[in-house]
Amino acid sequence: MTKKRKLGRGVAVVGAGMSPFGMFAERTSTDLFIEAFQEMTGSVDKGFEPNDIDALYLGNFTNDFFVQQSHWGAILVDALGLVPKPATRTEGACASSALAFREAVFAIASGFYDIVLVGGFEQMSKQSTEQVAEGLALAASPYEREAGFTYPGVFGAIATAYFDRYGATREHLMNVTIKSHENGRLNPKAQHQRSISEIMASRIEKAASRGQSPPGWQDEKEFLADPQANPVIAWPTHLFDCSPISDGAACVLLVGEELAASFTDTPMHVRGLGQASGRNLHAADDLTSFEATRFAAREAYEMAGLSPADIQFAEVHDCFSIAEILHGEDLGFFDPGTGFKAVAEGLTRRDGPKPINTSGGLKCKGHPVGATGVAQLIEVWQQLRGEAGERQIPAKDLRFGAAHSMGGTGGTCTFTILERW
Amino acid sequence: MSEQAISDSAFAAFLDQGQLQGSRCTSCEAVFVPPRGWCPKCHQSDMQWTRTSGTGRLFAFSCIAIGPPWMAAYGYDRDHPYCSAVVELDEGPRVVGRLEGVDTNDPENIKIGMWLVLQQDDSKSDDSRICPVFSPV
Repeated sequence: MTKKRKLGRGVAVVGAGMSPFGMFAERTSTDLFIEAFQEMTGSVDKGFEPNDIDALYLGNFTNDFFVQQSHWGAILVDALGLVPKPATRTEGACASSALAFREAVFAIASGFYDIVLVGGFEQMSKQSTEQVAEGLALAASPYEREAGFTYPGVFGAIATAYFDRYGATREHLMNVTIKSHENGRLNPKAQHQRSISEIMASRIEKAASRGQSPPGWQDEKEFLADPQANPVIAWPTHLFDCSPISDGAACVLLVGEELAASFTDTPMHVRGLGQASGRNLHAADDLTSFEATRFAAREAYEMAGLSPADIQFAEVHDCFSIAEILHGEDLGFFDPGTGFKAVAEGLTRRDGPKPINTSGGLKCKGHPVGATGVAQLIEVWQQLRGEAGERQIPAKDLRFGAAHSMGGTGGTCTFTILERW
Repeated sequence: MSEQAISDSAFAAFLDQGQLQGSRCTSCEAVFVPPRGWCPKCHQSDMQWTRTSGTGRLFAFSCIAIGPPWMAAYGYDRDHPYCSAVVELDEGPRVVGRLEGVDTNDPENIKIGMWLVLQQDDSKSDDSRICPVFSPV
């Protein structure tokens, strides 16, 4: 049993910014981080002086592999003009910057720092698809790698176990994909900003312009079932089940709660924090649930004094479409074995009772892995502040939103609850 | 052999001999495959080698069309996927490995629960990977 956690001092988010996510051959991680930082400084309602930042916590998974450069803390501090501020890099695979966020919260809650910049970034597009698969697989266990597992393969295997246990099918994965694209099309920062039906229309038009007979898809699921349009990556995982290869950066500004009013009248408060570790594919008790997500969620709910029903919307780590289904169950939003039905019934749509991944999720917003944890929290921040534009959740009186991050095969999971007062 | 220190390299050497060996905690009797030299339940290191039957059932799998460069070097590609799998051994533990002897272009016909047996992996004898290879019984 864990004790109920609490912060020694309240912590609030008072600014947020991110680069567009996508594939940017001409831009470095530093370029992208500066863009995120610039947007963040502009987002602080009452303004702030960058030199007031006490320290930086930066999440990055494996730029060491992707662009053969490490020691990013000092590089970014110099680029931002913040020498000699201390910078600490965190690594937790795809949850890297979610860990940075937690460490920054603790640094402020301890009283040691007052104003901390939390960032995340990754630059993946310089590598071939095969190399990216190999680089991401660095987060897998050596046994998984030796068996040839890539992450699309790991989650493909998880999907076969889920299908076998609960009777779900590929069609249920398609529901996740279609919903993600409906949200992503409304996110100007997203890597993929077209709905599945818009992608279909564009391909039909392209075929016609080339004098080819147009594809005969009757609906989105026929498109997603067409192996030409949606090729297999690691069966049953297909291309449209996978988050893309992405470059991008994101950052938020955290301050001690009692200082927040001098930055903005609408800070978002850290209400619950959870983090846990899990076992890999062969050692896990259950392949249809991530124990670390369950543990992290319980810790955060207990700290916040909230239940899953209180969380009005969430960003969850949909690295693959099956993952979004599992997370909905592990976070307590839906009972085990019913997550796929919840998606099919539209419960997780933006206008449904439990909107999931209004940003478009990793699938459409993009997944520069080290940036993802912070970028998820930015979506929660924007929705709570009513600043999500066209994709704003229609429900009124948003108060509690949450973000779930996962590294590896559920090895590192976090759950963070933000509150608007 | 039972005095040999528990390690991944010894596990791989057993695999080369067609044996799937795990470790057993002398305290709680839990069996681990691949072997662990430290019992995560009892937090102690008095572990002994234990040989498994090498048979089990398919628990989960994926037919991987885009593998890492080193799998591509073996000739696997989008037209020739390979199958990576989680296998539940008769003795209880699960292992990850590769599944051969199935049609990876027809994954609908690879069935969860099908009986599998460890096979000698002589195709890549120059490259000792820590990877049990199974095929259908």
